[in-house]
Amino acid sequence: MPKITINGQELEFKAGQTVIEVARQNGISVPHFCWHPALSVSGNCRMCLVEIEKMPKLAIACSTLASDGMVVHVDSEKAVSARNAVMEFLLINHPLDCPVCDQAGECKLQDYAYRYSSGESRFEEEKQHNKKRVELGPFVMFDAERCISCSRCIRFCDEIAGDKELTFTKRGDRVTISTYPGEELDNPYSLNTTDICPVGALTSRDFRFKARVWDMSKTNSICTGCARGCNDEIWVKNNIVLRLTPRFNKEVNSYWMCDEGRLNTFKFINNQRVDGPHIRRNGQIVKTGYDEAVAFTVSQLKAYNPGEIAFLGSAFASCEDNYMLAKLAKGTLHVKNIDFARHLIPGSADGILICDDKAPNSLGAELSGVKPAPEGLNFEGILEGINSGKIKVLYCLEDDIAAMSPEYENTLSKLDFLVVHATNHNATTVLADVIFPAAAFAEKNGTMVNFQGRLQRLKPAVATIDMDRSLEGMEMSRLDKFGTDFDKWAKKNRVDARASWKMLQTVGSLMGLKMKHQISEEVFADMASCIEAFHGLDYDVIGESGIKIKVNNTAKATK
Amino acid sequence: MPEKKREKDLTIAEKLYIPEIVKGLGLTLKSMFRPKFTMEYPEVKFIPPASYRGRPVLVQEESGTERCVACGLCSRVCPSLAIEVQASETSLEKERYPVKFEINMLRCIFCGFCEEVCPEEAIVMSKDYELVFRDRSEAIYGKDKLMVPIRQVEDRIEFLRNFK
Ligand code: SF4
Ligand code: SF4
Ligand code: SF4
Ligand code: SF4
Repeated sequence: MPKITINGQELEFKAGQTVIEVARQNGISVPHFCWHPALSVSGNCRMCLVEIEKMPKLAIACSTLASDGMVVHVDSEKAVSARNAVMEFLLINHPLDCPVCDQAGECKLQDYAYRYSSGESRFEEEKQHNKKRVELGPFVMFDAERCISCSRCIRFCDEIAGDKELTFTKRGDRVTISTYPGEELDNPYSLNTTDICPVGALTSRDFRFKARVWDMSKTNSICTGCARGCNDEIWVKNNIVLRLTPRFNKEVNSYWMCDEGRLNTFKFINNQRVDGPHIRRNGQIVKTGYDEAVAFTVSQLKAYNPGEIAFLGSAFASCEDNYMLAKLAKGTLHVKNIDFARHLIPGSADGILICDDKAPNSLGAELSGVKPAPEGLNFEGILEGINSGKIKVLYCLEDDIAAMSPEYENTLSKLDFLVVHATNHNATTVLADVIFPAAAFAEKNGTMVNFQGRLQRLKPAVATIDMDRSLEGMEMSRLDKFGTDFDKWAKKNRVDARASWKMLQTVGSLMGLKMKHQISEEVFADMASCIEAFHGLDYDVIGESGIKIKVNNTAKATK
Repeated sequence: MPEKKREKDLTIAEKLYIPEIVKGLGLTLKSMFRPKFTMEYPEVKFIPPASYRGRPVLVQEESGTERCVACGLCSRVCPSLAIEVQASETSLEKERYPVKFEINMLRCIFCGFCEEVCPEEAIVMSKDYELVFRDRSEAIYGKDKLMVPIRQVEDRIEFLRNFK
């Protein structure tokens, strides 16, 4: 293999790699603005200038191909002074906006100014002024003064989103970006431009001014917007989710996530939650305690034959939740009618990230045992059974069946007894006789399986009433760490909810289910011992980026 | 155990303490004719100099709006986590303003860091040292209590410009 020497280290590389790629692969950082590992090389910011022996001038590391015997100095005196000059140049017209800029705290320009600039400017004239609040599209705000013209956003739209929407206009110190006439920055991936914009020129309108980044905790998780399960980070302040941002995973989502997933899969956690168990008393839904709700459920389940009962798992719940439901239904009550609702929108997949399957864990629900037993009814059969009066009791996990169609809503209203696990009050809970308050995906540990058959982790980012951030090992912000019970931020905004598997286990334990799991990791260990696809796995093996599992052909995945 | 030796035994006169008492009374008598340093608080109020660090307040411009841009730097620097700022958008040129600005006066230690870090001269230490509350929630001062017209804090701003 050919060898290159960077900062005195001799490194191997593959033909065709650029200097910056080889350096990055080996943990040597070369400062850069316009280069991005997933985009084409533009070479316009000049920040990655390095000194290469036997070359007459400094060269940019992003577009210089590594060659055998090349000797590169990233931090030589000449390179350092060139970087300082580039920084001075970039800052000539850059506003002193950091205090009001959403990017502050995660800004490349800010970080590099601190690390690589001398802090002196010789520019005494008035800075260029420009438009500060341009709505480039429905979700993206543009501040023209802050733009450093790196073209990352333009290249993203052209190369990743496949939708030419942005371009440079004007020249020299007046150069700026703009949408093409009649166009908006409204592709389904537009908010990724706010992530890759190295400065605060492009920011999210949804997150605008909501919080300073250093005040939030961030937790590695996955998006629940569709069957891809893009890896993401959940940003939380005062126990409220404020934004999701994509997290790199080569196998799943690269550096990206779609706007729909980013904007519309977390807001339900903050509003209109089912707070504590509820039961129907004299026709009215009233709040009650766990003991009463469980006792009521058990007494009703015991009053019917297994043939009159059906269970619905959920492609929105974790594998652990579905597993416990299957154990309760098949293993304990000997109910054969168990399935879950599919949420497919055929034709909505776009070949980038978005899948037809709008639920995150269809494959996982099936693998965890939520499928009809031999001679049992499937989802359609269960609904027909309810209509014909054969099925009288339905136990329904975290899915708003009634909202899927008016017909389903009508069907559910015919039941004698309906138990629902729900995070929010919805069309199905309105019809329910018992509502168990389910912890949302961001409030529990668990796993999901995406359409590729990749098992991925959920982690709690938001605390429910009976969780303690530090005892649970959750990520904590500065405020979380030092809050006392007297501080408003420490104990507010918490709902009384529990992971569904816990409540299912309690219901089951009164009916002969012999499980006493304390934490979700134990439930998974149990699953690993009896479900072939999960053999030999545990939460540590799954890790931060998930693991591909063997899915036999009975479980079919939909993209 | 060997007996401890006193350094010096008191004389009879010293044991009676009378000369010392007389000396003390003399000092008291002299002080009665010296100028007074104390004040009859609360009838008479102490007005501190500009260098004094009383409770932090928000500067209210002549136009009635706060100077603060809700950058949250004061909240970040505050060593006792006393400040909570929630920003929101305004149509004014400054783009952002604090919809909520609260200082927990039970947490504040009057260090003045918030004033020092503020990029807008929007939070300054006032001369107010009279802080009274009957429960914890009253100690959390919102914008209504924190906003003070700029002319009331002019001398502090002047002081900061000269000495900060
Ligand atoms: S883009 Fe970065 S450097 Fe520019 S104002 Fe925003 S935080 Fe500061
Ligand atoms: S808006 Fe951001 S990403 Fe786009 S060119 Fe300007 S600095 Fe680069
Ligand atoms: S004076 Fe010090 S302790 Fe008080 S609010 Fe300001 S920074 Fe916090
Ligand atoms: S530092 Fe100043 S401008 Fe920023 S939030 Fe505090 S008072 Fe407002």
